[in-house]
Amino acid sequence: MRPPARSGRLLVALAVVLTLLIVVAPLVYIFARAFSAGWQVYAANIMDPAMLHAIWLTCIVAVIVVPLNIAFGIAAAWAVAKHRFPGRGLLVTMIEIPFSISPIIAGICYLLLYGRQGLLGPWLREVDLQVMFALPGIVLVTMFVTAPFVAREVLPLMQAQGTEQEEAAVTLGASGWQVFRRVTLPNIRFALLYGAVLCTARAVGEFGGVSVVSGNIRGQTNTLPLHVELLFNDLNAVGAFAAASTLTLIAVVALVIKAALETRHG
Amino acid sequence: MTAAAAPFRAKRVLPGFTLSLGTTLLYMVLIVLIPIAALILKGAEIGPARFWTIVSSDRAVAAFRITLTAAAIATAFNAVYGLLMAWVLVRHDFPGKRLLDAMMDVPFALPTAVAGLSLTALFSANGWFGQVLHPAGIPVVYTIWGIALAMAFTSIPFVVRTVQPVLEDLDPALEQAAETLGATPWQVFTRVVFPAILPAWLAGCTTAFARSLGEFGAIVFIAGNLPGQTEIAALLAYIRLEEFDYNGAAAIALVLLGFALVLLIVSNILQSWAARHRRATA
Repeated sequence: MRPPARSGRLLVALAVVLTLLIVVAPLVYIFARAFSAGWQVYAANIMDPAMLHAIWLTCIVAVIVVPLNIAFGIAAAWAVAKHRFPGRGLLVTMIEIPFSISPIIAGICYLLLYGRQGLLGPWLREVDLQVMFALPGIVLVTMFVTAPFVAREVLPLMQAQGTEQEEAAVTLGASGWQVFRRVTLPNIRFALLYGAVLCTARAVGEFGGVSVVSGNIRGQTNTLPLHVELLFNDLNAVGAFAAASTLTLIAVVALVIKAALETRHG
Repeated sequence: MTAAAAPFRAKRVLPGFTLSLGTTLLYMVLIVLIPIAALILKGAEIGPARFWTIVSSDRAVAAFRITLTAAAIATAFNAVYGLLMAWVLVRHDFPGKRLLDAMMDVPFALPTAVAGLSLTALFSANGWFGQVLHPAGIPVVYTIWGIALAMAFTSIPFVVRTVQPVLEDLDPALEQAAETLGATPWQVFTRVVFPAILPAWLAGCTTAFARSLGEFGAIVFIAGNLPGQTEIAALLAYIRLEEFDYNGAAAIALVLLGFALVLLIVSNILQSWAARHRRATA
């Protein structure tokens, strides 16, 4: 590393100032506003039944979506990284599709499929299954939006590690499950954890897609990010920031876990 | 590569191929592909003539123009800011560098609705920044600049995180050699560093642009959502849904889907160029 020249120090200063203005200020402002009316108002806002229900619903969605995403991510990485088959590259690109599609479009897709006028609408009415404007719709859209998260963390690592260790284990008589648990899983556990953390943060914070399929029924299908908007539209800014602060806390925890994992494992 | 020459091996050593590929395909088909197919089917059902009437209406054209303009402004900002951040984080050592690096992930981790709420309040007349900007006659909230700001915030990580690893691989000896030969710092940057990171930088800008086009959560708070002036395409699609005009929503969503897929292809091409470029210069 060269000794910092004057122009170098200037660049660093510029980077720091810009980041303070555009990234740090919005982050700090959330807590400043949430607590602007004092602790008691903050606590009252959080303990509001509609808020508690939104927190509860958001947790349920995450608890359903994240394990499914982990299973999908591991399956996709195992299939793509440990085997060769035609269309592998295409599959990898397909897994990335949800990243490039606006969540709003995802929501519209689901509405056109499961909604009252949707392709499956008549059939769903017949069997009396409510997907849209209910928990299943919220879960499905969140699954769409978060699909690539675990796969894209685990896949490159599995690819880089190759198949020698697993092949050795198989030769020594290990069953498929044993190979995965004893050989593969220990190698990928940190990437897996990191992917799961990112997936959780995204699942908890999903807004666009969920707002299409949830119907925003207060106390029923209102997730925490939707509740932020609802309170904002109610002109309850302090309440909106209180709701936002809980989501921000989850984001900060996710970043701290990420930093800790990177420190330990480069 | 013998494996590439013989894609199907006679016998697979590792178990679980059918199970893992089956699970992957089932998930992809049920969760991602069938819903997208539903949108495309709906578009086919509308028919070309009505599709064109919907997407060429004044309000839709204005919404596309506003979305593209704001995304271009946001991407231009991130093209410069992301490059600056990548450069500073790779080539300089200073106290607090790890923290600054971690800050680059905040826009990914923070829910977009939270970002939108915070930016709106910061820049409104009584917010920290609005207090300064409003008297100066620079209203950000409820203008296209607000939309661009929200897009810029949510797409910050893309350029930084694609340029950073390439810059890390670049041997500083090259730059020192250029300096020894009498190049000014600016010449070193434009002649040595920039050509090496160009493909990655372009790939990052493409993904940032794609992300900006699709952004919704952060923008609805700050935009004011006035038709023809601060109404983005994603929001117009959303409004059409609330009016139960599913054809209108599907047509606009299909145009956005088209943009997204084209940009995904462009970014994939740029990334494979970047990977080849990296191997060639490394």
